Amino acid sequence: MPDPARERILGRLRGSPRCASPASDFAVMARKTWPAAERYPRLRRLMEAVKTEFLEATEDGWPATVRSFLVSQGLKTLLYGPETPAGRRLAQSWPSGEGPRLVAYDRPIEQTKEQLFNEMDAGFTTTRGGIAETGGLIVWPSPEEPRLMSLVPPVHLALLSTDAIYDTFWDALRSQGWAAGMPPNALLISGPSKTADIEQTLAYGVHGPKRLVVVAVGR
Amino acid sequence: MSSPDGVSRGRPEAVYYYGTCLVDLFFPQAGLSGIRLLQREGLRVIFPQGQTCCAQPAFNCGYHEEARAVAQAQIALFRQPYPIVVPSGSCAGMMKRHYPALFEGDPFQAEAQAFAARVFELTQFLTNVLKVKLTDRGEKVRVTWHSSCHALREMGIVEEPRSLLAQLENVELAPLSRERECCGFGGTFAIREPEISAAMVEDKAGDVLSTGAPILLSGDGGCLLNIGGRLAAKGETVRASHVAEFLWERTK
Amino acid sequence: MSETGPAPAFRPAAAEALKNPQLRANFRRAMDGLMAKRAALFSDPVEWRDLRALGAAIRARTLARLPELLETLEKNCAANGIHVRWAETTGEANAIVLEILKKHGATRVVKGKSMVSEEMHLNDFLEERGIESLESDLGEYIIQLDGETPSHIIMPAIHKNKQQIAKLFGKKIREAKYTEDVDELTAIARRVLRKKFFEADAGISGVNFAVAETGTLCLVENEGNGRMSTHVPSVHIALMGIEKVVEKLEDVPPLYSLLTRSATGQVISTYFNMITGPRGPGEKDGPTEVHLVILDNERSRIFSDAELSATLRCIRCGACMNHCPVYTRIGGHAYQAVYPGPIGKILTPQTEGVARRHELVHASSLCGACVEACPVQIPIVELLVRLRREATHKEPGSTVLQAGEGRNRLEDAAWFFWEAAHRHPSLYRLMGFLATRLRRFLPSRLPVLSAWTWGSGGPQGPPPGSRLRATPRPAARTLHELARKDGVDDA
Repeated sequence: MPDPARERILGRLRGSPRCASPASDFAVMARKTWPAAERYPRLRRLMEAVKTEFLEATEDGWPATVRSFLVSQGLKTLLYGPETPAGRRLAQSWPSGEGPRLVAYDRPIEQTKEQLFNEMDAGFTTTRGGIAETGGLIVWPSPEEPRLMSLVPPVHLALLSTDAIYDTFWDALRSQGWAAGMPPNALLISGPSKTADIEQTLAYGVHGPKRLVVVAVGR
Repeated sequence: MSSPDGVSRGRPEAVYYYGTCLVDLFFPQAGLSGIRLLQREGLRVIFPQGQTCCAQPAFNCGYHEEARAVAQAQIALFRQPYPIVVPSGSCAGMMKRHYPALFEGDPFQAEAQAFAARVFELTQFLTNVLKVKLTDRGEKVRVTWHSSCHALREMGIVEEPRSLLAQLENVELAPLSRERECCGFGGTFAIREPEISAAMVEDKAGDVLSTGAPILLSGDGGCLLNIGGRLAAKGETVRASHVAEFLWERTK
Repeated sequence: MSETGPAPAFRPAAAEALKNPQLRANFRRAMDGLMAKRAALFSDPVEWRDLRALGAAIRARTLARLPELLETLEKNCAANGIHVRWAETTGEANAIVLEILKKHGATRVVKGKSMVSEEMHLNDFLEERGIESLESDLGEYIIQLDGETPSHIIMPAIHKNKQQIAKLFGKKIREAKYTEDVDELTAIARRVLRKKFFEADAGISGVNFAVAETGTLCLVENEGNGRMSTHVPSVHIALMGIEKVVEKLEDVPPLYSLLTRSATGQVISTYFNMITGPRGPGEKDGPTEVHLVILDNERSRIFSDAELSATLRCIRCGACMNHCPVYTRIGGHAYQAVYPGPIGKILTPQTEGVARRHELVHASSLCGACVEACPVQIPIVELLVRLRREATHKEPGSTVLQAGEGRNRLEDAAWFFWEAAHRHPSLYRLMGFLATRLRRFLPSRLPVLSAWTWGSGGPQGPPPGSRLRATPRPAARTLHELARKDGVDDA
């Protein structure tokens, strides 16, 4: 059924003269590059400037690093996605008994909303890399790692591979071929939530997580 | 003597001088000083007596037929291929940036374009084309500098006045703290929104006073009338002077 | 269509604002801070030149293909499961939003920041129909509490200092202890809003960029309230103006980079949220329904003019108003329009009528600071001059709303005489002669001279009886005379 508003709007647009369209020169984006060895330090510096925390870890030891962090901060529950390789490693390595508990995000939110909002101290997600130019993590929520994991719990722990860092956002989305298909939700996250709405004074921990902790895994 | 980018390749033998209506009526000595500065460099200066106004006031208010009629009359007086030197960045900007578009679709446009290509603001011409060398004959003095918004943004005149003043060894330039901020003149803006204009000129006058300079220099008559007028109404002794007059008086 | 009712008077509102020292101080400090932060991040003039040329080109390309891109956007959104609706007027947009909410029995809505929703007066519309529409962005939350509208498009509560906010929270939020500490105030808002996110039936947001290539809606934010509003409730409604579409994903990063640095002096925002559909197969959270409402509200009219269509390049960064010497002194509310500052001065007359908003097109000294700062090279000064012409002259074929209806005989006569005097050199020189010889007798109370010399006598003017400026006195001789006497060549 044709929508009259749609037809009238598009009709007016189609009937108008078109403005000039000079060529788009993306050279200014392409020339923002850093040597590979500089990308992670740059990302770290920029993200720490907006209060992101970093835990250095190894490929073998990162689950223990995560657990130590939770213990040292007195965080009792960690929400995670059990179906990812990283999630499976976390679960396998997790000691039973006392201490922080892993909680699987394994059911639709309609069944877990109360628990998610009120009982989760921290959420753990993987990332698809980072961005050197500005700092920032690429997070693609999925059935295995739902969206609210990196938003609702007050602490977000994000696993980052230090050699998966792109020069720019432009470079990242082209290299990873995003145009071929976007997930229902994709994100860049560069730090804990913040605002400057009161007298342009920065305050952290608004509606998103109060803390963003990057678990940086190098070689 | 003019090339498409407007910068002469060699020294012209003659230049036209476009006084501007505000200089004509309120700062004629400055206008004459500009002529002297050019004559001293060995140029023949031509001042067509038929000149009146660059038509910027009418143009900015949207009265473009009227602006075109007056602009066309101006252009017709400057037929020889000499540079046209203007002691005002905003009038130079009007002629250089807007005259061609004003005659778009009109057979006269080619002539308007040729005219526009030959327009120079005075300090630009002295610095970039004539590369004048100035010798300071005056006493030590502190000055401050205000650029008109059009000089700054339409004509890109930033360093030229500064470099001319820098050649005067007894002149100390104390910059304004908000040098790039508009003084509130804006042509008819001062009349249509007098409250806002008043707030802007008051801030600018305060900025001038805080430099401690007894002389405010500018290349634009509108700004000088505005800021100078405010300073005078406040009973301040700071003198608002056109840079052409200052340069001539210091070096003659 | 033009707004009905009498036009809001700009000059008295501006004069009122000018005499408020707190407002002046708040805005001066805020604008200085924003300008400095932006300048620090655009310190490389080559990068600035090239990036803004690219930004302008990307926006021009969008506009050159606007109808095609909107159709592509709609097709790809629909394929992703996003329901797309079109609204010619804000009334239609409100009706669509209401219809969606009613279908879900929604009575509690949380909102992310959206200037389009301000055009719609959406909150009032919903509240009148018994639907709570709560702003979740801290700045918007603050002004909503106080019953105000935004005074800046990026920092809506920029006119308030923390004492004012502390008093407001203390008065309006139950169980909130009085505090002026920014962190504590923020924590109060976090607590209040968290409950609201949890309970909300629907979330409404704006759109920063809508990517036609993939059917993706991009939202820029720092607080997390946007993600909360668009991921937690089961229904998400996104509102956008027709001009917010971009062609390709690769067009987004340059615009995003220009936006964050121009708007808040940040290299990147905390979150960049890209929505390409509702909850997907297997997903455990996210809204089950996502709607996109595409609003015209006279944008297609603006689009129909090749020169004025540049208005639609705007990415709503606010840099123009941050740099505007007028905005800095009067703040956003004095404009009495949804969009204040330079962008407001070209947009509002085009959407509401150039005669109705005649004052706004003249409320500028044409200094060009906005043009210098605009990341997509909108020629705001040229467009203001064009609108001034449109206000008083109806050109054949003009599509400008109320073109020519601002004409007045007095101004016509003034310019008629001005032209006569300046096209006839003998007449001009006669006037110069009279002005110089009679210079001591010029009465300062003549209409135009009076405003110059005495100001308006109003609140910002000098005390009664004292001058704003010295009466401009012509010199003893004109330059024409001095040049002739000096023997300067005439030809």
